[in-house]
Parts: sequence; structure tokens; C-alpha cells
Amino acid sequence: MATQVPALPSLLPVRQVQLDNGLTVLIQEMHTAPLASLWCWYKVGSKDERPGLTGVSHWVEHMNFKGTINIPRDQMKGIIEQFGGSWNGYTWIDQTTYLETATRDALDRMLFIEAERMASGLFTPDDCESERTVILAELHGGDNDPEQLLDTEVTAAAFKAHPYRHPTIGWQSDLETMTRDDLYGHYRQFYVPNNATLVVVGDVDTEDVLRRVGAHFGKIPAGNVPPRIRTVEPPQLGEHRVAIEKEGTAAYLKLAYHAPEAVHADFFPMLALDAVLTGAKGVNLWSSFRNPPQRSARLYRALVDRRLASAVFGALLPTEHPFLYTVAVTANDGVPLEAVEEAAVDVLDDVRANGITPGELERAKHQLRARLVFESDSGTNVAHQLGYFQTIGDLDLYHRSWDSIAAVTLDAVARAASSRLEASNRTVGWFKPSPTPRAPEVL
Amino acid sequence: MSTLVQGLAPIRVPLDNGAVVLAQQTATHPAVTILVAVRAGSAHDPAPTLGVSHFLSKVIDRGTEHRSGDAIAEALDGRGVTLNSSVGRHLLTLGCTCLAEDFDDMLALVADVVRQPTFPEPEIETRRGEIITAIRQDEDSPATMAVEALMGLLYPDGHPYGRRTKGVPGTVESITRADLVAFHRAQFSPAGLMIVMVGDVPAGRAIAAAERAFGDWRAPSPAPLTIPPAARAAHRQRLVIPMMNKAQADVAYGFTAVTRGDPDYHALTLMNNVLGQYGLGGRLGDSIRERQGMAYYAFSSFDGNVGEGPLVIRAGVAPENVDRTIVSIDEEVRTILSGGVTPAELTDAKRYLIGSMPRNLETNSGIASFLHTAEFFGLGLDYDLRLPLLLEAVTLDEVHAATRRILDPDRASIVIAGPYDAASRPDPAPA
Repeated sequence: MATQVPALPSLLPVRQVQLDNGLTVLIQEMHTAPLASLWCWYKVGSKDERPGLTGVSHWVEHMNFKGTINIPRDQMKGIIEQFGGSWNGYTWIDQTTYLETATRDALDRMLFIEAERMASGLFTPDDCESERTVILAELHGGDNDPEQLLDTEVTAAAFKAHPYRHPTIGWQSDLETMTRDDLYGHYRQFYVPNNATLVVVGDVDTEDVLRRVGAHFGKIPAGNVPPRIRTVEPPQLGEHRVAIEKEGTAAYLKLAYHAPEAVHADFFPMLALDAVLTGAKGVNLWSSFRNPPQRSARLYRALVDRRLASAVFGALLPTEHPFLYTVAVTANDGVPLEAVEEAAVDVLDDVRANGITPGELERAKHQLRARLVFESDSGTNVAHQLGYFQTIGDLDLYHRSWDSIAAVTLDAVARAASSRLEASNRTVGWFKPSPTPRAPEVL
Repeated sequence: MSTLVQGLAPIRVPLDNGAVVLAQQTATHPAVTILVAVRAGSAHDPAPTLGVSHFLSKVIDRGTEHRSGDAIAEALDGRGVTLNSSVGRHLLTLGCTCLAEDFDDMLALVADVVRQPTFPEPEIETRRGEIITAIRQDEDSPATMAVEALMGLLYPDGHPYGRRTKGVPGTVESITRADLVAFHRAQFSPAGLMIVMVGDVPAGRAIAAAERAFGDWRAPSPAPLTIPPAARAAHRQRLVIPMMNKAQADVAYGFTAVTRGDPDYHALTLMNNVLGQYGLGGRLGDSIRERQGMAYYAFSSFDGNVGEGPLVIRAGVAPENVDRTIVSIDEEVRTILSGGVTPAELTDAKRYLIGSMPRNLETNSGIASFLHTAEFFGLGLDYDLRLPLLLEAVTLDEVHAATRRILDPDRASIVIAGPYDAASRPDPAPA
């Protein structure tokens, strides 16, 4: 098994520029396909929402596909499609982001759309109202999935103070009562150039991109830098438990531990620890390479190989503030959750007491480095990573990730395991299915 | 190195034993994607062992004549590689992406898994539990239930496209090691085997590696599979699957369509793009999501296959909006039936589908999947260059004629899965 470091597209030079209005611009030339990918990131996510306004960032994201002063709503569709492009957006706890990927000749249109989105959104009252039911449908579609339901409950139980506790989609009552002015006010407060990062990756010329960015964004005035939340989650003093009993067909266990934020020294050791426990996933939540190599991982061996569970998945993502390391388990049909929890906790207690082996650390590092290569397989994925890290921390963190993985030591993993995997730092969630009285199918 | 300008340039080599090897070198990325497909999809499942192909796909890589399950686990995990297995109606495909330096080892491992699995009994029991659990999870998902039930309505009487790929608990419980061995013996053969390799390895070297791994394989050809014609539904039919514990209902509304080789295939691809894809779900998305705000998703999909594949319209809506959604789908189907698509819509759809090719062929896995499909359906080595011409040539009249062949609200099959009270609400059949 060679340890030679392959050339990562993500390690190619990135040009970083800040416009006078505070907009951060990141450009990476990648001349392997005649494409350009543009992402516009805003430093606003569900953690920036107050009670009564939960879900506002995500709803604002939806509204930002509904037309602007210079792009009537019915003309929004088609601008990128005529270049064969795809477009999308997402909102999570720290960020809201929009993307277009298309042939490179669409670059100017992409910049036009994002400049319009930043400064000229319409938010017509009718459109806000019609989107309310779309958002509620999205919420209810999520509620159809017991794993998502459990995730929401566990996250809410894990945090007592920090706004990471509420789901990105928001609480139903807030979604039912939020007004057009709530949405528009949030938009105006956070969608300012000095709260945004624009990323362009692809078959482009850096100087040409900079000229065009200046032309589209240069005249947008800077705004007041939005206030950041100050709450720091106090230490958890004892194990939290939440048990959902609801009609269903399968049982699920979720363990959540308060975890280090991306810039913390424990972050990469925890990533290696997760690789040992459940297989490495890398650090790109946009990539399709999220299905980990895990057959020799400790929790897989203890739960799946021993027929207690059909699936186990660990998750640790880079975040701005300390979030959660979670382990999600699907119990096998007929296996009681007590047995699944006991087996999982035994593994976690063991690694907490004894750390991991040198062989495990080597394997974890090799896995993580392979995943870093796989998850940078397109301009779209590389652009995502540049903008993501710039938004939740800084770009350096991303460029150092290769070295940070190499530098992880056995001691660092042992220390992280010992301090983070304590029972008193844990929230345990159960989804216990009650029988579903199934009415007959009707033809 | 631009794939758009000169097109893909895959090397295709048929081996003496009937296997076909396809290799495409790219230099974008120090990794390689490998896909190995055999004609062992769920359409080949014998009725008493429904789900055997899926079961086999879960246990085939858990031990071979030369490698224990643990050795395979170490080989994969040590290189950061996930071996994925997927089962469609016709093909069972094993695939992985690895670092270029690991290519030879991974190809040899996949060949060993395909050719000489041992199906250890303990592994069979472990995977059986996982499959039963997965089936139970499906039973709790309105989306999965709606689509699977729609396939049953569209392809009745044991048609291979109407059956559940995972099988049903009864058959999965009863499948034995002997069934897996027999299915492997019957279906796994170099005849019809496809090996696709795309990435940072010279094509000649990749092909030589594939010859070493598969060239000396000799096994009898599988019996040919005949897909019975899919009858068009004689009348409109509706099935309600009540799932009263759910928050939202899923609607699946569909028709049997055409084969991949049908002359109308590209016309229907364009029609489907206008009806339920372009932008955020085409005309259906405009009506159901954008204008009426009823759904988070509303779209259509079309799948030409060896037999006549389905055209399926889907929406996820609140229970009180189910009836209005079905009325809206009927309206959109009627409108496109009577008026066809507009010249502007056809131009947009062509421009989009042709323009999206460089994006779809940007990554190794994107190229591998394109080559795999082109080889399976015999579309030719230059299909990436011919596809734009084929789409460009489709006329408005051809789209309209093809639409009339397939869509008809009076023959629609409809499934509603979710918290929906069927007794009090008859199908709001179209006027």
C-alpha cells in the first residue's frame, strides 16, 4: 500500500480577493472539463435564528429562487438550463449557499443571477404565502422518516442553550406564523457582500473572472455586519435520554456527543476516531462519496457482524461552533434497543479507556486521504469545499486538512476519545416502533 | 484535456470468452472507477426465490475461494474503498472508486468476488437479517410503497418489472445457500459480462489487467431472458395504501412506455423533460409546487429498458391536497396530449439535455456509468457524439405522436400511499 501523496485538485492554487464592499472572492482554475461552477455562500444558518423565527434562513433560501427586480419570476427558470446547467441551494446550521454549474460560457449569467439574489430579491407577499405550504410539505415529508424524526429530537435534547438545538427547517408553529416582513428583514440583514463568499472553480481565466465579479458585485454596498450569536453551550452535566414511541416498522438508536468545532485541535483526531469506529466519510457533505468503507470498523463489527443491527453510520462534520458527533444505528428486526445500545456503548467505553491501535490509526489515515481525493472529483465538489470552509472557519483549515490528518497521533485520538465519549457528554435517543394497524389496501 | 471537443475515446475490447472490456483514461483526478456488470438482475429471479439476485449481491463479496470475508474487509478498508453492489431489472453491478495506485489490486479483488464467491453460511444469515430489516423499513416509507405498488399495477401477473427487487419477507426467509449457488451458476458467466474502467490509468494497461483478471474464465452462457410485452392498462385504476401514522401522502401516477431501442425513445425523453423535469419539475412542478404551493416535489421520470419501461409522475403532498394534486396531474397530462409541447419548450429541452452532457461526463463515475449504459443497450462507442444529433433531429410532431402513444388519463394507474381516507373519497376521474 503506497503512501505517496497524489496531486489533489483541491490543493491547486486559489486566488483570494476581497472587494471594497467586503465580498470575499475565491477562484481556482481547473481546466479538465469545459465547465464552471459558481457558489455564493452566506454566513447565516439556523443557528442565527431567534425563537419565533426558526426556519427563516431556509425559507429565505426558497424565496431566493422566486425572481428579482431584473429577473422576473417566470424567467428565472431557463437562464442556466440553456447552458445545460444545474442549479440548487441549501441551508444548514452555519450557512446558506446557492450554486450553478454549467458550461463555462454561462459564467456571466451565473454572476448576474447571484448579484441579483444578493441585492434585489422581491419577496412578493403572494409568493411568500404560497411557499409556506411548500415548506410545511417539506417538513411533513421529513416527519415521514423515523430516522429524521429521531435526529430532530436528539439534537434538541443535546443542546440546552445553543441555537444548534432547533432543526434547520424550523418548528411548525414558527413556519405557520412567520410573516413576509420577517423573511424580508432576515434577507436584508444577512445578504450583504461583507457577509458572503463567492467561489468560482472551473475552466476560467482568473483575471477575467475578477473583472466580471467587479462589474456585477462592485456596486452593491456593504451593510452592517450582522450580529453573531454569543451563546456558548454550557458543559453537559449528565446523560440525556429521549425515547420516541410511535407507529413504525423498525427500531433506531442514536447516540450524540458534544464534539469539537472545525478549528479545534481535537477535530482531526475525532475524525480519525470516527474512521476507526464507523469508517471514514471525508469532510464533504455535498459529495456522493459518503458511503464509508467500514467492514473492519469497530462498531460495524460489534453491531452488524453480530446481527444486532442492519446499519451503523457515524457523522462528524466541520462546523463553526461545537456541534455533535453522532452514531446512528438501525436495529435488526426483532432485536431490542437495550441490546443494541449496550453493545454500542461497550465499544465506545472500550475506546475511551484504551484508545486505538497503531494499525487502526494507519488505516484511518489512509482512508481519510483516499476520501479527500474521491470527494474532490468535480469542479462543483471542489468549489463546495472552498466556500464551506471559508464560511465555517477559514480556507487554511481546508488546505491544511491533508497535513492535519497526517499529524494525528495515537495520543491525540486517545485524549479526544477519553474527554468526548464520556456518558455525561452523551444524549441517547430511541425510536421504538409500536405496531401499525394497517388498513387494507383499497382498489 | 477537454472531453467535449473530441468526445470520449473509450477503448473497447471483446475477450475470447465473450466478456467486453471498456477503458477510458482521464487525467483529472488520481483515482479510477471500476464497474463490473453481469446479467443477473432481478428479472432473472425464479418466482419461488424472489429477491435472490438482491440477496446474492449482498453476500457475494463476503468470502471467495482465495479470500476470507475478513481479508476482503481489510483489503477494502485499508485502501479507503467502498465496494457497492446494485441490482437492477437486468444487471447486477459491482462498482468502486479507488486511488490509481490501488487499481490492479482492486480489479483483481472484484474479479475474484465475481468469479469465485463461497457464500459462507454465517454471512448469509447476517445479510438475511439486514435484508428483512430493509424490507420492513420500506414498508414504513410512503414513497417506496407508492412506487413499488405502482410497478405492480403497471406490470401485473408476475411480469419481471412489477416485482420487488428485494423480494418479500417470505421468499427472503426461505432462500438457502444452495439457491445462491444455483443462481450464481446459472447467471454468472463471461458471456454478457461488462468491465468498465475509467480514470487515471492508461487504457492499454487497464485492458491488460482486465484480461488477466477475467480472460481465463470459462462458464456456460445463461439461458436467454424474454421480457413479455407490457400491456397498456385497459382502464384507469387507483390503489390506496392507507398509512395513517404518516404526516404526508405520496402519489405515484404512471403508464407503461417504450423500450430503450424504440424509435420514439428520444421524443419521449424530450417530452418527459418538458412535462416533469425542466427547471424544478417542468410543467408539473410549475403547477403543483410553484403555482399551487401543494408539494415540495412534483416531477416525472421515464425509463426506457429492454422491455417497455415506465413513465412515472410523482408528488409528495398533504393528505387534504391529494385529490387536487391528481386533478392537476390529469390536467397537465390532458394539456400535453392535446397541444403537445411548444416550439420554445422543445428548443429549451434540447438545449438543456445536450448542454448537460459535459457536466454528466465530468467525473470518472459519470463517464463509467455512461459507457456502461451505452454498452448494455448497444448504443455505440461514439454515442456521446451521436446523442446530440439524435435529440436535435426530433420534431414537434414526433414528440406529439409519441406522447399520444403513451399518455392517457383514462388509462392511468394511480397509487396513493399515506394518511388518506379512501372510503370517503372516490377517484376524481377526469371529465
